[in-house]
Amino acid sequence: MPEAAQLYRPTTRDEAWRYADSDFIADADLATLNHWRVIDVSAGETVREVKTHLSDASSSGMIDRLRIHVGAGGRFEAFSILGGGHYQRVEIEVTLEEGAHFEFGGVTVGGETKRQEFVTRTIHAHPNATSNQVVRAVHWGQATGNYLGRIEVARGAQKTDAAQNFRAILLEKGASANAKPELEIFADDVLCAHGAAIGQLDEHAAYYMAARGIPPHLARKLLVQAFIGDAFVELDDQASREMMVERALEQLEGATL
Amino acid sequence: MLKIENLHTEIDGKAILKGLSLEVRAGEVHAIMGPNGAGKSTLSYALGGRPGYEVTQGSVTFNGENLLELEPHERAAAGLFLGFQYPVEIPGVSNVQFLREALNAQRSARGQEALSGGEFLKLAKEKAGLLKLDMEMLKRQVNVGFSGGEKKRAEMVQMGILDPKFAVLDETDSGLDIDALRIVGEGINSIMRAPDKGVLLITHYQRLLDVVKPDRVSILANGRIVETGGPELALRLEEEGYDAVMAAEAANA
Repeated sequence: MPEAAQLYRPTTRDEAWRYADSDFIADADLATLNHWRVIDVSAGETVREVKTHLSDASSSGMIDRLRIHVGAGGRFEAFSILGGGHYQRVEIEVTLEEGAHFEFGGVTVGGETKRQEFVTRTIHAHPNATSNQVVRAVHWGQATGNYLGRIEVARGAQKTDAAQNFRAILLEKGASANAKPELEIFADDVLCAHGAAIGQLDEHAAYYMAARGIPPHLARKLLVQAFIGDAFVELDDQASREMMVERALEQLEGATL
Repeated sequence: MLKIENLHTEIDGKAILKGLSLEVRAGEVHAIMGPNGAGKSTLSYALGGRPGYEVTQGSVTFNGENLLELEPHERAAAGLFLGFQYPVEIPGVSNVQFLREALNAQRSARGQEALSGGEFLKLAKEKAGLLKLDMEMLKRQVNVGFSGGEKKRAEMVQMGILDPKFAVLDETDSGLDIDALRIVGEGINSIMRAPDKGVLLITHYQRLLDVVKPDRVSILANGRIVETGGPELALRLEEEGYDAVMAAEAANA
């Protein structure tokens, strides 16, 4: 779709924007709202994006919309942390050619009234493409973490293997998380796995740690570290992986719990 | 060393311990035996400060300090170790990281310097060797994928590393085969048998007591200690069963 075709101001009545911040959408610059970054991954090529969005809470927010086309046998990897601003949205629309792969690891982490969301649309357009998405959310205060993951398997895109997994930990009453997996499958020989769970910090593990002398704030940090680590397991670079976990944990440090 | 007086606890409003009194002196291993549902695990959790185990009455003094006033992690730093009947799995956290954080948190609370990574690994290797647990196991996630016996041995490795003054061991022998039982029992002896240490050993069976020879044995039934004696009391229980021994005691009383 050509970018300037039509500028549209979404509302929370649009499925993909249902958990978005309505004030932000209403006030945002129309061109910004409609801007898509475009990445073309050539056949056989690998492109990786590692990004953190950590502006402070006084920032009204940001939207990053990304449209990717991955050629046959190519690979696109995105790893992202949403940790700041009032409203943050990373939206990824990826189209996979034959045998291509999409890897996504995302973490939303925040308190106060922050609203942070990942919205993905994964289009398995041709056979043998694979995708794997892992999103972890950690929230406190009145904050909200959302993951809307839509997977489309085109007619004839046999042997598609698509997986998505979302888990959220709410550290305080008042925080919330929304998960919306959506599968649209027009081929019969495909694997699509999805799972979502929203819960609290594992009390048994926290007590076990306390019984060994680990104070509550440290136990919480260790458990959150293990939890968000899932999102970066596939990040094949130890330094980046550790940096991402550290950045996410820093957000937690500021939490008054 | 540990003095429990008239302890009452409730879980969800239900009374479990109903006036339990018990004293363990330094240098002693005190075994607690008793039928299922008597309150043995509740006693260990009440001592460990587990949330939900509410103490409604009574006192616990540990080395002259009011134990019940301390948070669970403060009790550990004060030298109390709780061996879990069902050790907890912590996915994503390695044993090495878990124990190093635990030891250094305890040391920091006691005003001692933290151990370096190298010092810690040396200590961990020594204690793992004592319990014949492969050091590779300690690099894995806490208790994840461990067999029942491995979890219990890992508990004892933790105890060795943390080197507590007093251990409350809740059915540490359950789930162990005969060889593992001996290894764990000898581990308890080597870590905790000292003039300035004490152990409260909760068990169902004599077989652990054959290795870790108790100085005192108490029977816990219906939330109270109904009988305390020497090691021979455990042997009588093994032969005659709880009902017979308790009936005989009641008749004598």
